[in-house]
Amino acid sequence: MLTSGIILLEGGLLNPNPGLIFWTALTFLIVLIILRKTAWGPIVSMLEERAKGIQSAIDRAHTAKDEAEAILKKNRETLAMADAEADKIIREAKEVADKVRNELTEKAQEESRKMIASAKDEIEQEKRRALDVLRNEVADMAVKGAEKIIRTTLDAEKQKAVVNDMIKEMASSRN
Amino acid sequence: MRKKAISRILALVVPVLLSLNSQAFATSVQGESPVTGSAVEAIHAAPSTVAAPAAEAAAGHAEVAAAHGEAAHGEEKPGDLIMHHILDSHTFVFEPFGEVHLPHLEIAGFDISITKHVVMLWIAAILLIIIASAAGAAAKKMSAKDAPKGVANLLESLVDFIANDVARPNIGHGYERFMPYLLSVFFFILLCNLLGLIPYSATATGNINVTLTLSIFTFIVTQFSAFKAQGVKGYLQHLTAGTHWALWIIMVPIEVLGQFTKPFALTIRLFANMTAGHIIILSLFFISFILKSYIVAVAVSIPFAIFIYLLELFVAFLQAYVFTMLSALFIGLATAHSDGHDGHELEASGHH
Repeated sequence: MLTSGIILLEGGLLNPNPGLIFWTALTFLIVLIILRKTAWGPIVSMLEERAKGIQSAIDRAHTAKDEAEAILKKNRETLAMADAEADKIIREAKEVADKVRNELTEKAQEESRKMIASAKDEIEQEKRRALDVLRNEVADMAVKGAEKIIRTTLDAEKQKAVVNDMIKEMASSRN
Repeated sequence: MRKKAISRILALVVPVLLSLNSQAFATSVQGESPVTGSAVEAIHAAPSTVAAPAAEAAAGHAEVAAAHGEAAHGEEKPGDLIMHHILDSHTFVFEPFGEVHLPHLEIAGFDISITKHVVMLWIAAILLIIIASAAGAAAKKMSAKDAPKGVANLLESLVDFIANDVARPNIGHGYERFMPYLLSVFFFILLCNLLGLIPYSATATGNINVTLTLSIFTFIVTQFSAFKAQGVKGYLQHLTAGTHWALWIIMVPIEVLGQFTKPFALTIRLFANMTAGHIIILSLFFISFILKSYIVAVAVSIPFAIFIYLLELFVAFLQAYVFTMLSALFIGLATAHSDGHDGHELEASGHH
């Protein structure tokens, strides 16, 4: 309605009131001065402090994480190195063992070969000796036999030929 | 579906409209003006009770009615009653219980009476000082590791909001200097707005003198910080807006005027917002008195008034925020004017 609009304008909504302006200014200034000291200063500085605290906590967490990662990396490297070391040691040990085994077997073979050779030599010598002994024995026996034959029967020349033949036969059959 | 809804609305509205002249719903006898006045008057106490004594109503409103020259008619207009609620006065009316007359003071020809709005300002100031000082004391005791709690926590989140979402983005570097002012303005306006929503109280921020004073503070802070940041030379250069000297005759008045439009806008915005909400709530109540209908009161006035009241709660926060944000913005524009038209000298002098 038109009348209410006129009332709104007439009613003094926009009327200046120096008293109210004065009191508002005074009240607000007092509030500002008191609260600046008692409230906003402590609260703002506390908020800043907390923000700094949170920031430093975050920073510390980051550095701790970095450190942990570095340690983990180092551990992994150490582990890898240890693995490699162990591998190397095992390989070396294996090599050494192989070598030793080969050497030992070779040596044993050599030994056995030597032993066989020496045994063979000995056998040969023994055989030769036995043959010699046998030959002498046979010769002696033959001579004795011949003596007997000669003494009893035939002349000496015929006897000799027979003995020689015998000896030859023996010699050829020896080998 | 829609037809059904419309018919339902009609079923609601038609009896309301019919009851306009119906004696069944009306409480007063036509032509007997003081009783009608009492019916209208009863809104002060409670909108649904329409049985306040006529004598008390007449006493409470003799002053207003006389002031507006409406007494001759013998019947008070709703407009007068609304204005009585919105405007400042020398009496605090607690309707069914009585009223408190506030003292008149006059110093050197100036009327500095303690009025209703002055009392509301003081209540807001005392409350603010108590609450904020308690929070400040709690903040002082607290180490960085403690979690905040209670009132300190609430205040702290608002302080943090003003610091990081209002002051820092708008002012930028060196915003800490203006924090006490911005915080005080924000909480003072917020408390005044919220106190205005309590029954029997008044909205101090709905008075143009209060908002004018507050925006004058912003104006002073803005101008001083501009002088401090730019010096006299920079300040005057800013007034020319960096244009050719031939344009100065146009630019200087525009820029000077621009300095004053900012606090003016602040003044009107806060005042109009706070006043408008209250006028709407009261007008919604008066609809039921003008129509003399209970149905209108129950179906229209009360639900809508509750809705507007809740909206007003939001507006109380919003307008406190807007005032603070614009103050910060104006301070920011005045101090760190390096991205504007006259930013080259400032950049050269290593301002940023």
